[in-house]
Amino acid sequence: MAELKNPASILTLIVIGLCAVVPFLAPALGEPFYVIVFARIMIWAIAAVSLNLIMGYGGMISFGHAVYLGIGGYTIGILAFHGITSAWIQWPVAIGACAFISLIFGAISLRTRGVYFIMITLALAQMIFFLSVSAERYGSDDGLNILTRSDFGLSFFDLNDKLTMYYTIFAVLLASVFISWKLIHSRFGVVMRAAKSNDTRVQAVGVSTYRYRLIAFVIAGVMCGIAGLLQANFERFVSPDMMNWPRSGELIFMVVLGGMSTIFGPVTGAFVFLMLSEILSTWTIHWHIIFGPFLVLVVLFARGGIHGLLTPRASRDE
Amino acid sequence: MDYVLLIEQFLNGFQLGIILFLMAAGLTLVFGIMDLVNLAHGSMFMIGAFVGGTIAVVTGSFVIGVILMIPAMLIIGIVVEMTTLRTLYPRDHLDHVLATFGLILFFNEATRLIWGPEGLIVPLPAFLDGSVALGAITYPVYRIVIIVVGLLVALGLYILVSRTRIGMLIRAGASNRAMAGALGVNIPLLFSIVFGIGAVLAGLAGLIITPITAAQIGMGEDVLILAFVVIVIGGIGSIRGAFIASIVTGVIDTMGRSFLDVFLLLFLPENAAESAGPALSSMMIYILMAAILFFRPQGLFPPKGAG
Repeated sequence: MAELKNPASILTLIVIGLCAVVPFLAPALGEPFYVIVFARIMIWAIAAVSLNLIMGYGGMISFGHAVYLGIGGYTIGILAFHGITSAWIQWPVAIGACAFISLIFGAISLRTRGVYFIMITLALAQMIFFLSVSAERYGSDDGLNILTRSDFGLSFFDLNDKLTMYYTIFAVLLASVFISWKLIHSRFGVVMRAAKSNDTRVQAVGVSTYRYRLIAFVIAGVMCGIAGLLQANFERFVSPDMMNWPRSGELIFMVVLGGMSTIFGPVTGAFVFLMLSEILSTWTIHWHIIFGPFLVLVVLFARGGIHGLLTPRASRDE
Repeated sequence: MDYVLLIEQFLNGFQLGIILFLMAAGLTLVFGIMDLVNLAHGSMFMIGAFVGGTIAVVTGSFVIGVILMIPAMLIIGIVVEMTTLRTLYPRDHLDHVLATFGLILFFNEATRLIWGPEGLIVPLPAFLDGSVALGAITYPVYRIVIIVVGLLVALGLYILVSRTRIGMLIRAGASNRAMAGALGVNIPLLFSIVFGIGAVLAGLAGLIITPITAAQIGMGEDVLILAFVVIVIGGIGSIRGAFIASIVTGVIDTMGRSFLDVFLLLFLPENAAESAGPALSSMMIYILMAAILFFRPQGLFPPKGAG
């Protein structure tokens, strides 16, 4: 990768490096709580990477992306509730559910453009949110406790082990960054980026952009669903709140904050977003009163996000 | 079936539709004219309820609360437009969504700081507290007042947009901003006024349901999402579409919640109907929206001349 020479890449390496050593570093510094914070950051980073795939590279502003966190998580929760704890059943079912729902939602919402797309993805996501709220059997508003984590049936790979859980999340994060990098630089990614900048022209060349967008939408949905199933396993708890619309807004913000349409931007964005809210919330419970205007200022004055600020103008992608 | 209940629920649905219309009208005007996606419209709903409600509690008169809420919301709306939103017009929709999302966080937290986390209870004035007999049913006076006020506002808005000079300017600004500006229309001022009107309508909607639900932090957000559904169904930028879609959405949502499980009993076993009923009824309007979009991606009443 030729990108390794600018400050943005150095920041990326620092973030990834921190994620890698925190389980050993944090207890050594007497702050073991930060292991949990970093696991959460990585889970959100996976979701943000998946959103960046369609939003940053495909121009599809999904305002309901957190719904796949919920679907992935609830699949684990509901199966565990019914006594099915084997990961070999849980994980494929969760991935299948996310693929199925994102295929349907994508097929409906991709018929529209612009602001209609934003509103429809929002409304469809809220539909699932309200469904989870009305599901009394699975805890409604109060959410659902998950008694046992996904069981792989392997003695050397047990998610109840803290380090195994942490490094599973870490590995999935690296994999999702790698997959999105491969995807963006493949023929598929070229078509998607071309369709983002001029859809009509790509269609005129004879490529059905709808199909490409739909596949990208499903890939992003599944990737985010995997973040959701990791979240359910990590927190051992799912609730409707994990897919309520402010979560989707926060995901968008993470992507923009880090730098949209950059490979590592969403990871940096998730890191800064969650660290900032962690720090601000220790100062005051009213931290949103600082955070809201901060968000507005980022939108108004820092268009390229952190990676945009750190990348020399000449070497930018677009 | 119980016809009294049926009519009662229909009226309740109609009343929800009126609230949705007051929200959707401002939202669709702002979007249609300024091409701005404004999530903070839900905050205007909430601020209207808290500001008007406080005035009502302090003065002891709900009517004074409503009357003073109007200039207050007009000012708040114009201030928000001038300080933040104005910068956003040339930006893309993503920036609109994010910046107004930031505004929501700010307004919610500011409300919590000023009024505390419990919210605000606004009592109904005595002369509106009661029921009247409408044929076979008795119905709360206040809900009838909401329906009448909403219909009057809808009529007023229609006259404002289609029969007055400012309405003409609004329509001109909507169909071709640059051309209207070149002909000497003060577009920034026009936008501020339109945004102010939208804020007043949202504030009114928030305030008039407060005696029923109490004012709460974040109360505007669920209504905002329903209003999005409404304007997607009705066609963005169309007041007429917003009105029809609001009523349809309000009635279907309310009727669905009270009768769907009874209806499902006709062809499902009892426990299946009881568990599927609430789940399905909360999804119904979204399914309706998806169906309408599938056949008419521009909504039912796309405004003329909009591309």
